[in-house]
Amino acid sequence: MISFNVLVSICLLYVLGLFAVAYAAERWAETGRFAILRSPLIYTLSISVYCTAWTFYGAVGSAARNGLEFVAIYLGPTLVFVGWWWLLHKLVRIGRVQRITSIADLLSSRYGKSGGLAVLVTVLAVVGTTPYIALQLQSMTLSFAVFTTATGAPAPSPTVTAFYVAAGLAVFTIIFGTRNLDANERHHGVVTAIAVEAVVKLAALLSVGIFVVWGVASGPADIFARMDPELLQSSQVFNTRWLTLNFLSACAIICLPRMFQVIVVENANERHLATASWAFPLYLFLMSLFVLPIAIAGQSILAPDANPDLFVLTVPLDQGQQTLATLAFLGGFSSATSMVIVASIALSTMMSNHIVLPLWLRMNASRNPASDDVRDLLLRSRRLSIAVVVALGYVYFQFNGGTGALASIGLIAFLGVAQVLPALLGGLFWHSATRPAAIASICTGFFIWAYTLFIPSFGGAALMGPETLQSGPFGILWLAPQNLLGVGITDPLVHAVFWSLGLNTLVFISVSLLTTPSAIERLQSVQFINVFGQVSPRRGITRNTTIEDLLVLAQRILGREEAMTLFKAQARHQGKDSPLPDATNELIATLEREIAGSVGAAAAHAMMAQVTGGAEISFEDMIAVADETAQIMEYSARLETQSKELEQAAVQLRNANAKLTELGAQKDTFLSQVSHELRTPMTSIRTFSEILQDGDTLDPEQLNHFATIIHSESIRLTRLLDDILDLSFMENGRVQLNLETVPLHSIIDRALATTQAQANELGAVIRRNTTAEQVTLYTDPDRLSQVLINLVTNALKHCGTTPPEVSVLSGLHMGKLVITVADNGKGISEDDIDLIFEKFSKLSKKFTSGSAGLGLPISREIVKNLGGTLVYAGSSKGAVFRITLPLQAAETPVSA
Amino acid sequence: MHERVLLIEDEPHIVEALSFLLTREGLSVSTHADGSNAAETAARLTPDLVILDVMLPGKSGFDILNEIRGTEGMADTPVLMLTAKGQSRDRAAAQAAGASMFMTKPFSNREIVANIKALLE
Repeated sequence: MISFNVLVSICLLYVLGLFAVAYAAERWAETGRFAILRSPLIYTLSISVYCTAWTFYGAVGSAARNGLEFVAIYLGPTLVFVGWWWLLHKLVRIGRVQRITSIADLLSSRYGKSGGLAVLVTVLAVVGTTPYIALQLQSMTLSFAVFTTATGAPAPSPTVTAFYVAAGLAVFTIIFGTRNLDANERHHGVVTAIAVEAVVKLAALLSVGIFVVWGVASGPADIFARMDPELLQSSQVFNTRWLTLNFLSACAIICLPRMFQVIVVENANERHLATASWAFPLYLFLMSLFVLPIAIAGQSILAPDANPDLFVLTVPLDQGQQTLATLAFLGGFSSATSMVIVASIALSTMMSNHIVLPLWLRMNASRNPASDDVRDLLLRSRRLSIAVVVALGYVYFQFNGGTGALASIGLIAFLGVAQVLPALLGGLFWHSATRPAAIASICTGFFIWAYTLFIPSFGGAALMGPETLQSGPFGILWLAPQNLLGVGITDPLVHAVFWSLGLNTLVFISVSLLTTPSAIERLQSVQFINVFGQVSPRRGITRNTTIEDLLVLAQRILGREEAMTLFKAQARHQGKDSPLPDATNELIATLEREIAGSVGAAAAHAMMAQVTGGAEISFEDMIAVADETAQIMEYSARLETQSKELEQAAVQLRNANAKLTELGAQKDTFLSQVSHELRTPMTSIRTFSEILQDGDTLDPEQLNHFATIIHSESIRLTRLLDDILDLSFMENGRVQLNLETVPLHSIIDRALATTQAQANELGAVIRRNTTAEQVTLYTDPDRLSQVLINLVTNALKHCGTTPPEVSVLSGLHMGKLVITVADNGKGISEDDIDLIFEKFSKLSKKFTSGSAGLGLPISREIVKNLGGTLVYAGSSKGAVFRITLPLQAAETPVSA
Repeated sequence: MHERVLLIEDEPHIVEALSFLLTREGLSVSTHADGSNAAETAARLTPDLVILDVMLPGKSGFDILNEIRGTEGMADTPVLMLTAKGQSRDRAAAQAAGASMFMTKPFSNREIVANIKALLE
């Protein structure tokens, strides 16, 4: 008896052997030795990953239960390989031309590089594959258990076995599935190891079969004589279920992620497919050859309660054939491991390419995606994804292990992934298929699959109660998961296939008809559907190009009107009556030139190449397109910047111009006012001097009077000119200030001394608070006293009261020096307050002594230049002008 | 009989100078130094000639001219306008308002006397 430990050791040795094969294959692939590694044989054998533990063990079980039903599982793929070879060829060609890495990538690429679709398909694939991986774990656990039971050793916990198997598979896959990042996602080492496993499982099954037929029985005739007549009767070949199974397994060979991986992605040479098209059906035939005999033998020699799913193991064990049983065990082990390895590689590619990488790029938009970061990230995410996929399978096994026959889980998974079929076939053959349709149809199918088959398969679990399963949600009978609309399809699988794929296809077709493909979808559809028309448009193959395709492209780029004009002109040139010309080489060349004007030559060439029959876009083409785009974008960014700058400059110029215009108007007004003010004294001077010139006999008193007038008007003129210059300087901030530290009272002293004579003449009373004047100021004393003189003179002259009373009061307020000059007159009316500081205003003229109305404006400018303010703060008791000067220029009171 | 001239001007020195000149020429001169009431003074005095400054405190010379022209019996009274601004805009405005003549300050004594005599003839 082979002990459990020996069995484990054999498994380990076997896995080590696989390691060696994979490693050697990669080395040999690099060095180019052993041409057999690149032969179609390896490719064909790798496709046998289709035969998982389900097929290895389950087919016998299925045969024992339902007779010939198992044949459908082999017949479906055989029909595809023999009859639909051209479909596979198209898939392989598209995969190579478009550098497709997975079935999610294929659909996303076909439907306008849709990220959402890729994610959807990835999720579907993961959900559909997880039970399948669980199935492999279960079969391995069962086979381990069978061996241990047979040896009488204590049975290891299935959970523990499954855990170690899962972990081992994950490690193997990570090591060989992510050793390097190949743009084509090909894994020579893994594929070779899978091929070796294919040989092992075939050898195992054939050996057991031969043993059964010629060892247990005495030949084929004997074994079939032992057959329970019930077996064939119970099987109703060619019924609906059987046809459905055929159909499902045919779908599976195209849609299963792992099948897509080995058939399309791992394909190194299209010609290998030609070999596979007969060799793989042959392999399937050999695999199925002894299924029935083994089933018959199992039923005839084993106890009636023996699990038929394990006949392949239990029959040799029962007959004491340890070596044969071990070989059978290794065959099952190979089937399970190869499936898990390839499936997890395929799923990890999808998960990292369509989920992890886009997320990372979005979060690190600024990083250079060509850096090593991404490479590391991809490798890490691949490894993690593999672990996650295997772990998911393990978790599923933990929860549902042992429920249901192996075959039913496999069929559920088949139907799950088959939901991409309508979108896939539509994408390969139908130009009008659109992305929304693909997404809607897959979602619809996925939902119905989950509702009618997947969730009920484990008794509804937490998602559906038993009463929901029986009589529909909320008792709505026609929504019962396994009897939708009450159409009365009794077989749950057929029911689910009918509804999910039926509605899926219906949705796909209707939505496609209702929506319009985008430009890129249109381009990709041509690329996919016409994938075999790969000849350069330069050499004149236009047979795959319709004029409508060209028109659509031209309209997208040139605009509707212009494209139509161009096409009409070309049609006339070709001498055609219709508005559409023939798609001649000349037309294509012309169109490419026109388009190049809009999008650049490289992009135009790439687009035309795509439309005119899918010529492969070279890497150089794409780089050139990218370069042109970058240049165009840079150029347009530069133009935008320049245009913004120009706009700003224009605004600045407009503002400057408005300011200049305003300043010009102000200057005109000012000059006109100055002219008026100068002409008045000049008139007096001229008139009186002419009177004097006349030499009339004027009495001396008159003579003196006239001379005095001339004199005073001359002084007035001079002062006016001084004021104007003064004001102009101050307004431009160019006034020369002679700053020094002086006591405030000395400034007030000086100002009052100047106005003393006038005050005396009017009998005026002047008040001041000398105590508060004991402050030293850092200021221009001449200028400040000029302001005070002006204010005091105004007060004396205009207050209109007799006798005038003027107070010059100083004080500190809010940290500032405040000097007020107030009189006891009527003050200035509110309407006039705004005008008194205006140059040459009648009011300022009125309130300013002896000048042309520049006194107050000048005073205000002086105070401003000294860092303070001069405001009118009049009250009903008289005019009050207040000077406020900052204290930082004023210092603390001088101690007496 | 002395012809009577009304001088409406606010600048005292100019009033004094023109009064001296015209009196010396044998004219009778009345003066009015303010913009307000100038037209009433003119209506009351009905002078043979009015000399009118454009810039007056209280009221513009053009407004006063309009009022004078609206006064009964003064529609044809010669009015000589004086301005210190010397802009053609003022000249045009004065003519539009019906001024008989327009002179810019400062003026020549001989010229203004000659113009006044011509207006009075």
